Amino acid sequence: MASIRIIPRLDIKGPNLVKGIHLEGLRVLGDPDAFARYYYENGADELMYQDVVASLYERNSLHEIVRKTARQLFIPLTVGGGIRTLTDIRDVLRAGADKVCLNTAAVRNPELVRAASRAFGSSTIVVAVEAIKQPGPTGRYEAFTENGREATGLEAVEWATRLAEMGAGELIITSVDREGTGLGFDGALIRAIADAVSIPVIAHGGAGCLDHVIDVCQQGHAHAVALSSLLHYEFITHPEYQPPGAGGEGNTHFLRSGRTFSKIQPTDLPTIKAALQDAGIECRPMLVETDAR
Amino acid sequence: MTEISSSATASAQTEVANQRLVIVDYGAGNLFSVEQACRQAGITPLVTANPALIANAEALILPGVGAFGEAMASLRRLDLESPLRDFAQTGRPLLGVCLGLQLLFTESEEFGSHKGLNIVPGVVRRFSATVGVPVPQIAWNQIHRPAGLDWEDTLLKGTADGEYMYFVHSYYVAPEAAADILSETDYAGVRYCSSVHRGGIFATQFHPEKSAARGVRLYTNWLRQALPATPAA
Repeated sequence: MASIRIIPRLDIKGPNLVKGIHLEGLRVLGDPDAFARYYYENGADELMYQDVVASLYERNSLHEIVRKTARQLFIPLTVGGGIRTLTDIRDVLRAGADKVCLNTAAVRNPELVRAASRAFGSSTIVVAVEAIKQPGPTGRYEAFTENGREATGLEAVEWATRLAEMGAGELIITSVDREGTGLGFDGALIRAIADAVSIPVIAHGGAGCLDHVIDVCQQGHAHAVALSSLLHYEFITHPEYQPPGAGGEGNTHFLRSGRTFSKIQPTDLPTIKAALQDAGIECRPMLVETDAR
Repeated sequence: MTEISSSATASAQTEVANQRLVIVDYGAGNLFSVEQACRQAGITPLVTANPALIANAEALILPGVGAFGEAMASLRRLDLESPLRDFAQTGRPLLGVCLGLQLLFTESEEFGSHKGLNIVPGVVRRFSATVGVPVPQIAWNQIHRPAGLDWEDTLLKGTADGEYMYFVHSYYVAPEAAADILSETDYAGVRYCSSVHRGGIFATQFHPEKSAARGVRLYTNWLRQALPATPAA
């Protein structure tokens, strides 16, 4: 009944857009601004920026990227990574973000979620749950922080339920096991959380092809889907969109090699939207300019 | 907030031309994007909480994200209630966005009952939670033309019936007068009013400034009508 949102997720390290596997092993893919503009023009419903290093000295560079985006692109922008306090939230919102995404800070201090949703409105506060499926017969998912490195001891579905009660406006659920692999979303994880809470759930981690996106909406009950590799590896086939010298630092070997990533069948937003509609899933269509009034 | 207000007032003294278009700064979260949309549509607004500047503006924008009760408390604390009501009574152009739409109404049932500005008669209600339909609505959704209304005579001119706009809200408005309803939208089992027009008021539940080119166009439409000397964007 509610339309599905497709949200390109841009992982940002310093001045570059990067992409990893299981949130680690980062490759430089180019200039975040160029990716954002391309996705905006192709019908992205929102954008999400995640500062994957989030060290203090690089914070200004993220704010600069946020400011530039907010001046030029008129769709919602969520910014996450290293946001610890109400002041951090205010700073990112002032730079032009519409929402912030919390993770580590919510685990360390759950009251921050309550205070932040009260101060800025629930719909401004997105909380990330990075889940890893635990070995053994229970099939339990544990919530992690620090890109899936730090265990929290929290069971992911219970944690998600608590976050919703504390005033989170929506949740982004990352399957760390699947992230960057192209093996498909963890539909069971997404569905367990989407069915347990009454706020929107964004599925993230694992999309390798179009069918995975459709499956996580139909079987996983996701209200929105965050995509990285699937879209980024399509974007980089259009070098004309990248400014000269993009991705000048860091691990650029992959970008310069001109290869694609074999586990991913890259695709673009108009193709995804068309496939969703063909599958009977409501989403904002790409073009309605010619529709009769 | 005090800091913002005083700096905005200082800049007002140096940029007189800006006083034509004023964005009411009562601490709402979406000021930045509303301001950017105005710039994109060709005019730089003044962002201020100064009651005199608000009362004397040629056109006013009341933005808003967050809770109804707290927003009304902020407006009261800043002595903005009367200037806003007085402004609306003159029939000058007033654009309300999201919570800025809801605040114009008589009262809200958010966390008990709160009195609003009572500029548009009607109430603000909460969506009932239904299975599989999350509240808040955070989604692109369609706006529909009420039967018998031609959008070409309104600020929605150029907008297709069924156009998708970006919504973020748990509450919706129910105007007393059907004539105030400019568009309707379906969510959580209700067809509700997603924008209103009444005298100089144009107010939307959706966020035109977050609804890509089709949304920014509404700012252009509104600014052209509100401030006719504005050069075309």
